Amino acid sequence: MSIRMRAGRLAGAAAVAAMMLSACTATVDSPQGAGAPADGGDVLNLVGYAVPKAGNNAVQKLWAETDEGAGVSWVESYGASGDQSRAVEAGLKADYVHFSLEGDVTRLVKAGLVDESWKDGPTGGIVTSSLVVIAVREGNPKNIQGWDDLIKDDVTIVTPNPGSSGAARWNILAAWAHAQEKGGSEQAAIDFTTKLFNNIVALPGSGRDATSAFLAGTGDVLLSYENETILARQNGEKLEYIVPDVTLRIDNPGAVLKDANPKAKAWLDFVLTQQAQAEFVKLGFRPVIDGVEIGEVEGANDPSNPFPTPGTLVTINDYFGGWDAANPKFFDEENGIITKIQVETGKSS
Amino acid sequence: MTDSLETSTPGPDRTPRFRPRAVRSRPRSTLTKSSGLALGIAVLWFSILVLIPLAVVVGTALAGGFGPFLSTLTNAQTFAAILLTLGEAALVTVVNVVIGTIIAWVLVRDKFPGKRLLEIIIDVPFALPTIVAGLVLLGLYGPRSPIGIDVANTRAAVFLAFAFVTLPFVVRAVQPVLEELDPEVEQAARSLGASGRQTLTRVVLPALAPAIAAGAALSFARAVSEYGSLVLISGNLALRTEVTSVRILTYIEGGQGAQAAAVATVILIVALLVIVALDVLQRRIARRG
Repeated sequence: MSIRMRAGRLAGAAAVAAMMLSACTATVDSPQGAGAPADGGDVLNLVGYAVPKAGNNAVQKLWAETDEGAGVSWVESYGASGDQSRAVEAGLKADYVHFSLEGDVTRLVKAGLVDESWKDGPTGGIVTSSLVVIAVREGNPKNIQGWDDLIKDDVTIVTPNPGSSGAARWNILAAWAHAQEKGGSEQAAIDFTTKLFNNIVALPGSGRDATSAFLAGTGDVLLSYENETILARQNGEKLEYIVPDVTLRIDNPGAVLKDANPKAKAWLDFVLTQQAQAEFVKLGFRPVIDGVEIGEVEGANDPSNPFPTPGTLVTINDYFGGWDAANPKFFDEENGIITKIQVETGKSS
Repeated sequence: MTDSLETSTPGPDRTPRFRPRAVRSRPRSTLTKSSGLALGIAVLWFSILVLIPLAVVVGTALAGGFGPFLSTLTNAQTFAAILLTLGEAALVTVVNVVIGTIIAWVLVRDKFPGKRLLEIIIDVPFALPTIVAGLVLLGLYGPRSPIGIDVANTRAAVFLAFAFVTLPFVVRAVQPVLEELDPEVEQAARSLGASGRQTLTRVVLPALAPAIAAGAALSFARAVSEYGSLVLISGNLALRTEVTSVRILTYIEGGQGAQAAAVATVILIVALLVIVALDVLQRRIARRG
């Protein structure tokens, strides 16, 4: 092997490494165009999970047109919600965090980085919202109409791994809520969820991985979020979705850190305005406040009526007693109900 | 430290074999200023990158005593993941030893069109981000496979992903050694009456053994730690296709750092044992020459 080749390989590896580094942290220029903040300009650090990036960027543009947000430049980092939360806990600089699960903010409260009162705002700390939906292949060849069709013998399911992906837990709990509502007992829910797991053919690492696996041909059904599915359809992917009669509302929290730049609080207030929520709506999120004008949402089943109200919409707080109660009960590594079902169904097949 | 490192470092001026013990263990310094500096840099760098992080992992695992350690390992799901990961990694390593050596042989000894291209492409698995590799593998050998091979969500998928990311190790370890190995030595062995088989086992293999072992060790160690390329194609099904890195991630996501470190420690210990065993085996074969 020639030295030149070896050097070429090294350079290639270095380039890949540099690309990956720069992908992790990107600086968004302020609309004034300055890469570095102008004199006295504020810099806000946003750390979040990957899905709402486009929404946040759109809202940042709107905010920059207001007196409060003018001249603010952003340093952003997006990744898996749990990883991002652990990174902030370990010292990654953040003024504002936007995660997919409340527990990821709770971690920062325990670490003393976020004030305990973070849920006292008008929306209880929630900045974006969606629903658990059932995604199917184009034309719905297996004629899936709701949860009960998922436990038929010839249906195969993909859903992210509730162990490694905290966000995947919404999907499983939505199925649980349906079975408990219909069967009237916890045992009915256990039976249903066991049958559901028997039909699961893949548990990819994250929601996005699950979508990739489904689009690559795995499974008849993908358990997903309404916004994730709408986004996939906006990107031209061929899939359809059903809003089930009973489903779970997904609540994504946002919080300002204790020692954040004071502008961060103004930003959070702006995120909760009708104007800002309308930007998230365009990307398939449901608004977290009333009175947001919902126009056409491209990618929705019916773009002119994008957010049909399900028959029974349960929430993690009202139905499951919040994540603090649901996590140990369902997902404890030893005794969690879902963990046990997962092992049980793994044995039998 | 200087002493122990120096005496255990094999080199051209290695301590003669029959030197009396007392002399060998006496502290002495043959280090020149510059080689001392180099050793210092090596030890510092190695400590920052390897020794300290590994010590932290083992320390975290043992911080709570052996109780959590044992409960982690007796967890059926975790134990199945450890067995699967080690088994598939061992299998892939054996395959790599055979196929990797053959590829290296072909690259060094044969001339054929496309050789330069193959030479370069061998290294692609090193450079490709593993999640991209996973997507490609799923596209090619998943449910929509254009060639009709669907291994998605089976143990074969784990093997496939491991094989993909570890292919270059044995090839790249054996290749330079084979380049140095003069074909005339083999011809001499043949002309002195050795059979083809004898030439292979007595002349060629002993010379290649250290390189093959080094490649095998790297390949095993890389496989047991793999995550990115297989999360999409293996399906991560409990007790069936779930590997240890997914278990570790699950523990971390659940806030159970000690359990995550315990699984990692088991993998580290097994990897260490395998590397030592390969070294012993390699010395045996090399001595036969």
